[in-house]
Amino acid sequence: MSLRVLGVAALVAFGLVDSTASAVALSDAAGRYAISSSGSSIRFAIGKIGGGGLAGAFGQFKGTIRIDGGDIGRSKVDITIFPDSVGTGQGRIDAFLKSDAVFDVANSSQITFRSTSVQRTGENSAVITGQLTARGHTNTEKFTAELQGMKGGQIRFHVSGKVFRSRYQMDVGTPIYSNIVAFDMEFSGRRG
Amino acid sequence: MLRNTNTRYGWAAIVLHWLIGLIFIGQFVLGWTMVRMTSQRTAFALIQLHKSFGFLLLGLVLVRIGWRLANPRPELPGEVGPVERRAAPAVHFLLYVAQLVVPLSGWVLVSVSVLEIPSVPFNLFVMPHLPLGISEQAENLWIFGHKWLAYAAIALVVLHILAAFRHHFWQRDVVLARMISPFFASRTRKPE
Repeated sequence: MSLRVLGVAALVAFGLVDSTASAVALSDAAGRYAISSSGSSIRFAIGKIGGGGLAGAFGQFKGTIRIDGGDIGRSKVDITIFPDSVGTGQGRIDAFLKSDAVFDVANSSQITFRSTSVQRTGENSAVITGQLTARGHTNTEKFTAELQGMKGGQIRFHVSGKVFRSRYQMDVGTPIYSNIVAFDMEFSGRRG
Repeated sequence: MLRNTNTRYGWAAIVLHWLIGLIFIGQFVLGWTMVRMTSQRTAFALIQLHKSFGFLLLGLVLVRIGWRLANPRPELPGEVGPVERRAAPAVHFLLYVAQLVVPLSGWVLVSVSVLEIPSVPFNLFVMPHLPLGISEQAENLWIFGHKWLAYAAIALVVLHILAAFRHHFWQRDVVLARMISPFFASRTRKPE
C-alpha cells in the first residue's frame, strides 16, 4: 500500500494541514519518528453510572512510529506508558489509580503497546492493531489513527480507541465506573 | 403475633430489632476494617458494601420507626426500679436517634466527597447524592462526624446489650426473652 494514504496532497485538499506541510515531499514522511511526552498527550476517560466520569492523562511516555514508505501496512508503532505519571487533578484518585486497585505501579511500572498491523481506512486514517500489555496481561487492541499534519521533521497523529479494563485486572469499581476506557491521544513525532 | 401488645413484642418488631442490630454491628466492624485495608482494591469493594448496607439500614430503620409509632410499647416488668424505668426509654430513644443519624451522616459524607463516587446499593440502583456542597473541608468534617457518631452509637449498643444481659441473667425477668419470641413474653422466669 502506498504512502499516498498519508499523502500531503490529499490532506491539503481536505484542509487538514497547513500550507507549510504541503511543502513536504511524500518520501519525506517515510522514516522513524520518536515520540516523547513533550508535545504529545495520552488522555483517558471512564464514564460512571448516573453521568459524568473520571478523566485523566499520563504525563510520561515514550515511543516510536516507523512509517514504511513502500507499504503502510508494514509500519510499526511502539508506545511505552509509565503509569506512575497518571494524573487526574485529584491526588487521592491518582494514588488510588497507582495502587494495586488499578495500575499497581509498585509491581508493574510500564504499559506497552506494540503494533502488529496497520490497515488503511481512509485518505489519512488507519486502524492500528497491536498487543497491549498491562499488569502482566496482554491482549489485542485496536486504535484509530488520523494523520494531523507534517511539518519539517515532525509528524502529528490523533489516535483514539476503547479498551476493556477488565482484561487487565483493572476492573475495580465496575459497574459504578464503566469497564470501557476511552483513549484520546495526540502524538507528535520527531524524525530521527 | 405480628403486632405488639402491652405485654409482648410482635414478630415484626422482633425481626426488625435483630435484623437492624445485626446490620448495625456488622456495619461498625466493616467500617472499622475497610479503612484499615492495605489493598486499595479490597478497600474500594468494602466501602461500596458498607454504603449498600448503610442505605439498607436507613430504609429498615424508617420502617421500624413507623412500626414503633403504630404499635403499643410493651411495659417493663413491675420489678424494674425507678431509675431504670427512666433510663431505659432515654437509651432506647438515643438508640433510635443513632440508627437514623449514623447512616444519614454516611450519606452526607458520600454526598460532599470530592471523589463524587456514585452510591449504587448492591449494584441495583443509583442512590442520588444529597444536594450539598462538595468540598475537601466538608468531606473531612463528615468523615470525622460519621466516625465518632458510629463510636458513640456502638457504645450505646454495648450499654443496651449489657442491660439486656443484666435483665436475663441477674434480674431473671422476661425483658430479653420477649425480644426473642412473643411466646416467651408471658412466661415468668423463676430463680434457680
